[in-house]
Amino acid sequence: METLTQTTVEFDLAEKPVRELNQELHNPTATNYKVLNPRGEHSVAVGINDPIEVEIEGDVGYYCAGMHQHGTVTVNGMAGPGVAENMMSGTVHIKGHASQSAGATAHGGLLIIEGNASTRCGISLKGGDIVVKGNMGSKSAFMAQAGRIVVCGDAGEDIGDSIFEARLYIRGEVASLGADCVRKEMREEHREELVQLLKDAGMEEEANDEAYVDSFTRYGSARTLYNF
Amino acid sequence: MRSPEDRGLRESAIFNRAAIAAIQQAAETGIYDIRGWGAKRDVPHFDDLVFLGSAISRYPLEGYRERCDTDVTLGEMNASKPMKLDIPITIAGMSFGALSAQAKEALGRGASAMGTSTTTGDGGMTEEERGHSSKLVYQLLPSRYGMNPDHLRKADAIEVVVSQGAKPGGAGMLLGQKISERVAEMRTLPQGIDQRSACRHPDWTGPDDLTLKIQELREITDWEKPIHVKVAASRPYYDTKLAVAAGADVVVVDGMQGGTAATQEVFIEDVGIPTLAAIGPAVRALKEMGVHRKVKLIISGGIRTGADVAKALALGADAVAIGTAALIALGDNDPRWAEEYEKIGSAAGYYDDFQAGNDPAGITTQDPELAARLDPVEAGKRLANYLQVLTLEAQTLARACGKSHVTHLEPEDLVALTIESAAMTGLPLAGTDWIPGRNGGF
Repeated sequence: METLTQTTVEFDLAEKPVRELNQELHNPTATNYKVLNPRGEHSVAVGINDPIEVEIEGDVGYYCAGMHQHGTVTVNGMAGPGVAENMMSGTVHIKGHASQSAGATAHGGLLIIEGNASTRCGISLKGGDIVVKGNMGSKSAFMAQAGRIVVCGDAGEDIGDSIFEARLYIRGEVASLGADCVRKEMREEHREELVQLLKDAGMEEEANDEAYVDSFTRYGSARTLYNF
Repeated sequence: MRSPEDRGLRESAIFNRAAIAAIQQAAETGIYDIRGWGAKRDVPHFDDLVFLGSAISRYPLEGYRERCDTDVTLGEMNASKPMKLDIPITIAGMSFGALSAQAKEALGRGASAMGTSTTTGDGGMTEEERGHSSKLVYQLLPSRYGMNPDHLRKADAIEVVVSQGAKPGGAGMLLGQKISERVAEMRTLPQGIDQRSACRHPDWTGPDDLTLKIQELREITDWEKPIHVKVAASRPYYDTKLAVAAGADVVVVDGMQGGTAATQEVFIEDVGIPTLAAIGPAVRALKEMGVHRKVKLIISGGIRTGADVAKALALGADAVAIGTAALIALGDNDPRWAEEYEKIGSAAGYYDDFQAGNDPAGITTQDPELAARLDPVEAGKRLANYLQVLTLEAQTLARACGKSHVTHLEPEDLVALTIESAAMTGLPLAGTDWIPGRNGGF
C-alpha cells in the first residue's frame, strides 16, 4: 500500500454490497474505514492485507475479518461464527459476544473478545493470541498447536482436547478438560506473558493487579498423544 | 523346490497369504497397519468397460490428422480468472511432507510442460512448488496446516477438501519420521511427533456453512479464482448436489482406489466406493441441477491409462486427477531400486510404505540423502512423457468414436463387460441392451 494520508471513509452496507467493501479494503484509498449497517452480513472485511483500521458499527455474520493481516478491525456489536479465522497478524476486537470457532486456526495477531466466546474458540490455533474477557464455550482450543488463549471468566467442557503446544490461561472454573490437556505450573515466564496479553487487550489495571494475575491457572498438553 | 501350488496345496481364498500375514502382524505388535498407496482389492474398474468405436453406423475421425481437442476450462461460471487446462488430466493434491520438495518440484515441472495443474496438499504451499507449477491449485484442508492468505492469493484455483477417497471420514496422517524441521515449521508442530490431521473443518459444519465458507474464499480473493470442492466417493449423488448448491465451480470425486501417503489399511480397503461406481451418481446430480459441463467434474482414483481417462470422460467427467500414477511416472517402485526395496521388507512393484519415510526412490521421504536421488528435471520429463501418452491415447479413442473433442465422448460410446460394472455405470452389458436394474431381462 502506498503511504496514505489519514482519512476516514464511511461505507454503508445498506447501500453497497459486501463485495464492494472488500474490494475497497483490498486496495485501500484511506487509512480508516467506518462500516455502517452490517446487519449480520457474512464475510465482512475479510482478507485485509494492509495496516488500515476498520470499525464496524453493528453485528456481523460468519467469518468477519477472516484471514486478517496487518490491520485492525473493531466490531461494535456481536460476531458470528469463525470471526478472525486463520488471522495472521494485526488485531481484531469484538466489543460484544463472539459465536463459535472464534479465532479458529489463527496463525498470529490478537483477537480480543469483550463478551463471551462460544464453543470451539481457538480451535486448531496455530500461533495467534485470543483474550476472552467473559466466558468461553466447550471444545475450545481443540487441537490447538501454538499461541495463547486467555479467559477471564469460566470455560466449558472438554477444553484443550488433544492440545499441542498452545498455552491456556483461565481465571474462572473449567467444567472439564479434554484428552491430554492438564493443569500446569504457572512459572514466572508464564506470568509475564499473561500480564502482557492482558495489557495488549486493554486491561492495564487488571494486569497491574497481582492478585488478579495470580487468580489464573495455566493449562497445556500432557504430551501423551504425540506418538501413536 | 516345487511351489506349494505344484505340490497340490490349496491356499484359502478367505485366509490367503496377505490375510494370514496381517493377522500375524497384528498379533505380534498390537498396532494396526498404516500404509500408503490406495485400495489394492479387486473392484469393478474401467477395465470392465470397452469402447465400441465406429463401423457402418458411426463415423470415425482420421486418427493422426483430424483435430481432436483436449482442453478444459474450470471456473467459467463464477471466477473472473478461470483456469484453462490444455489436457483433461490434472495432478491430485499431495503434500510437501508426504513428498519430498524435489518430488513436488518434479510434479510441477511435468504438469507445467503439458499445460495442466498441480495441487498443494496438507501442509501448505512451498516456493519450489509455486515456482515450478504454471497452474497451481491451493487446498483448504481441515488441518489448515500452513494455511496462508498470501498463498491463497498466489494460487490459480482453490480446492476445499472435505474428504479423500482413501479415507472418507478420516484425515491426513504424517508419522514422526517424516516431520523434519522444515515440515514441522510449516505445520506449526513439534518435530518428530506423529501428526494426525483433523477430519472436520474447524470453522464450518454442514452444507449451509460450506456455502458461506466458499463465499468467504471468493471475497478474500476478489472472486478471481475457481473453487473446487473435493469429496471422497461415498455418497456422490448427494455430495455433488450439496457442493454445487454451496457454489462450487468444480466438484472433485475421489474413488476408493485414490492414493494416500499414510492411512490405516482398514480405512483404505473398507471405506468408500469404487471410482467407477461414483461417476454415474455425480453426473446425474449435475444433470438434475442443469449444470453438467458447466460445473466441472474431476474424477480420481485408479487412473492409469488413456483408456481410463477416456472412459471417465465418456461417463460424464470433464477431467481426471492422478496421484499414484504420477508418482510411478516420477520413479516410484522402479525396479532399479529392487535390492533396497527387499532390504526394507518390500519389493519393486509392491512398495506402499509411503508413511515410513525411507522410500528408496526418494519420493515419499524427507530424508535429504534419499530425496537427493530424485532429479526434479529428469523426473518432471518422465511425468510430462506419461501425461503425453495418456492424452494421445484418450485422443485416439475419441477419434475412433468420431469425436473432435475428448469431452464429446459419451456413455453411448461404451458398453460393460460385467454385470457389476453394467449395474454401477448404467451402461448395457456388451452384446445386449440390458442394464441391470433398469430395463428388465435380456
